Amino acid sequence: MRMLKSITAATLAFALSGVVSGTVSAEDIAITGGKAFTNGGSGEVANATILVSDGKITSVTAGGAVPSGYRVIDASGKWVTAGFMAADTSLGLTEVSLSGGINDATAPKEKGAIGVSVVPALNPANIFIPNTRIEGVTRAMTRMTNSGDMWLGLGAVLKLTDGDMVANEKAFLAIDLDEGSANEVGGSRAVLWSKLNEKFQGAKDKIEAAAKKDDGDTKDGDKKDAKRPSAADATLKAVLSGDMPIYALVNRKADILQLIAFQKRFGIRVILGGAAEAWMVADMLAASGISVVLDPTANLPGNFDALGQTSAAAGRLHAAGVKVAFIPPGTHNSRLVVQNAGIAVSMGMPWAAAMDALTVNPAEMFGVGDSYGKLAAGMDADVVVWDGDPLEVMSSPDAVLIAGVDIPLVSRQTKLRDRYKDLDRSPAFDR
Amino acid sequence: MKFKGLKGAMLSRTAMVAALGLVAAACTPGEGEQGEFVDVGRDPFPSSYTPLPSGATLITGATILDGNGGRIEGGSVLIENGKVSAIGSDVTAPAGATVIDAGGRWVTPGIIDVHSHLGVYPSPGVQAHSDGNEVGDPVTADAWAEHALWPHDPGFIRAAAGGITSLQLLPGSANLVGGRSVTIKNVPGRVSQDMKFPGAPYGLKMACGENPKRVYGDGSRGGDFRPHTRMGNVAGYRQAWADAQDYQRRWDKYERDYNAGFDVLPPARDLNLDTLAGVLRGEIRVHMHCYRGDDMGTMLDVMKEFNYQIASFQHAVESYKIADKLAENNVCSAMWADWYGFKMEAYDGIRENIPFVHKAGACAIVHSDSASGIQRLNQEAAKALADGRKAGVDISKADAWTWLSLNPAKSLGIDTKTGT
Repeated sequence: MRMLKSITAATLAFALSGVVSGTVSAEDIAITGGKAFTNGGSGEVANATILVSDGKITSVTAGGAVPSGYRVIDASGKWVTAGFMAADTSLGLTEVSLSGGINDATAPKEKGAIGVSVVPALNPANIFIPNTRIEGVTRAMTRMTNSGDMWLGLGAVLKLTDGDMVANEKAFLAIDLDEGSANEVGGSRAVLWSKLNEKFQGAKDKIEAAAKKDDGDTKDGDKKDAKRPSAADATLKAVLSGDMPIYALVNRKADILQLIAFQKRFGIRVILGGAAEAWMVADMLAASGISVVLDPTANLPGNFDALGQTSAAAGRLHAAGVKVAFIPPGTHNSRLVVQNAGIAVSMGMPWAAAMDALTVNPAEMFGVGDSYGKLAAGMDADVVVWDGDPLEVMSSPDAVLIAGVDIPLVSRQTKLRDRYKDLDRSPAFDR
Repeated sequence: MKFKGLKGAMLSRTAMVAALGLVAAACTPGEGEQGEFVDVGRDPFPSSYTPLPSGATLITGATILDGNGGRIEGGSVLIENGKVSAIGSDVTAPAGATVIDAGGRWVTPGIIDVHSHLGVYPSPGVQAHSDGNEVGDPVTADAWAEHALWPHDPGFIRAAAGGITSLQLLPGSANLVGGRSVTIKNVPGRVSQDMKFPGAPYGLKMACGENPKRVYGDGSRGGDFRPHTRMGNVAGYRQAWADAQDYQRRWDKYERDYNAGFDVLPPARDLNLDTLAGVLRGEIRVHMHCYRGDDMGTMLDVMKEFNYQIASFQHAVESYKIADKLAENNVCSAMWADWYGFKMEAYDGIRENIPFVHKAGACAIVHSDSASGIQRLNQEAAKALADGRKAGVDISKADAWTWLSLNPAKSLGIDTKTGT
């Protein structure tokens, strides 16, 4: 009897949770009365009424009326922003990275992982996802961090919901062109750059040859022999055609100059990650349209690739016209990308530019700018209500919506907090 | 036993006891001349820190957090001869004093970081600079951080920009007993002694949990080496303390015999046991890297078994689970605001760890263990404070500042000289 009862309760709870998440995503929500920043750090709307329906923002107005049937989230006296994006993480790919089982963000035994997508490895039940989103970070770029050579495969953009997380499955091809990668590839940067150029030149030649053959062959109708391109070939083709950017990890000024020349040689789109000494060639990066993803806390010469590293870099790059986004301090602390933005402000970046670097900039860099990054009609409803200036470390979210779903501010960490807040002999016995 | 260093120590001890027996048997008090009493110097690398000349300085109009839970609005601090000589809302400047108007600003004691590897793992962090872990033997109490301290690490000046005025430099956590720490003032120096905090007691770095058993347990250093498990960790600490007790007894006996007039030779010095015995005598403070609550609980009993005091658990990610026990045992917890998740023993980290330890009446410290984090310990304390308040723990900013200066100073034994 007792077992039956608990089974019934469990079934009911399961059914309820299904109903709840099913209806919540379609729920009509109005966020009212807050100070909203609709376009990164600009587009301020006082006393904003933000209407959310079917997962999308339908309107943002100053003091607008709330239609009947909308649930109201009162944001009076609070700040409202788009959900933030951590621009370089391994979220969903790694649980406990040290002696904690497999880490899908690393593939040290694999070489030539050009066409490998991270998406099949994603775990939506990863505990770092709730820990991240309840702090107002609703999106993340995610990628592999390590392989047997320089190719780190295809990275993705995630929305940190419980459902379908993938916002952009093949957002970029990641290539490690830094010291560690050179160690794996021949042991010298000379070999690394030679291999990179050869690979791209080979792919370019192949595409051109195929195009010529296509022209000659059209009359033969002899298409059935055409081989399906490998995932690697398809990836390089997408990069060379400008459909997909590369995310190149480089720190040293000399290497960044190599990268700029490489970009010109092949006419490709480049996002620069790491970028310790990027500020030293900020004007050239701006002229080349290369955007930069960096960690504003990095300000020590960690190695000989980063002797010029400074926390003033974000501000300097922004001033030169380079689009900037931020790396958080580790995947498990992806939420601290917000603190990093505040640190960039303390070191000279304008507040509005740092807000852009948390929203519209990474959205555009990683190919999700049409659906995420702004509070505007037609965008996914990633909306965060903050109890103060979000870039101040003592502020935190009071409400987080991701694609229209009002996310409970609960995580494994908050459950541990609640269990141990008052110390009993063994809290487990109290359940 | 396969704790390599101890095996050697035990052999030499056996030989020494035999030799002592012979010596004692051959002499009786009053017969013949006594040799000079051998008293091992406790401070072979004395501080050469020299305060710079400083005139009188009055800082006025500030919001002052005194570091002891007090807050003064529109307050003044008078500094004379390098010391705080007056603090309050009505302090007047002596003639010739430099006056600094701190209107709209805050004045606090300098921040003390109890956990730094600056100088021992300096920038650039190349292999040639890796001087923090004397791996090869799990008990290396004979290794001293100050002998690796590179005074020109650029991290020191960055830390100064973050308000760090004193800090403890520690060996790493690869070993069960990593070696002696050193407490320094964050001042430029040409040699490490120039930075040493005068009169600060030494610390001993020890490590619980995953790191020692991973370093020695993965087989890469040969199967001969223990530990491989947490069981081996605890066996290693206990054997080390037992050997240190034995070593101390031999020195005590030497002193007794000498004072009784015997012409006795001192025990052979063992630099490893010298430091461990210093802990048992209460001269050296144990700062123990420990994440899990149950690991800390075990160490509280080891501490009682061998009658020493653990000054602090470092990292202490799960202190919130046993904060009442830490308060009872007078052990500080040096914690991050929100680092967690990077290894199993850090998996249960919560953002309210620091305020929950504070709430239980235990000694809470904000620490960095990072050349980056040390630059922003005030932000770390602020995050912990905000998270605590959200969870219903009402703590003032003035009280929270004790996490940054007074409590660290207490755990290092320098609270009569700095921290408030």
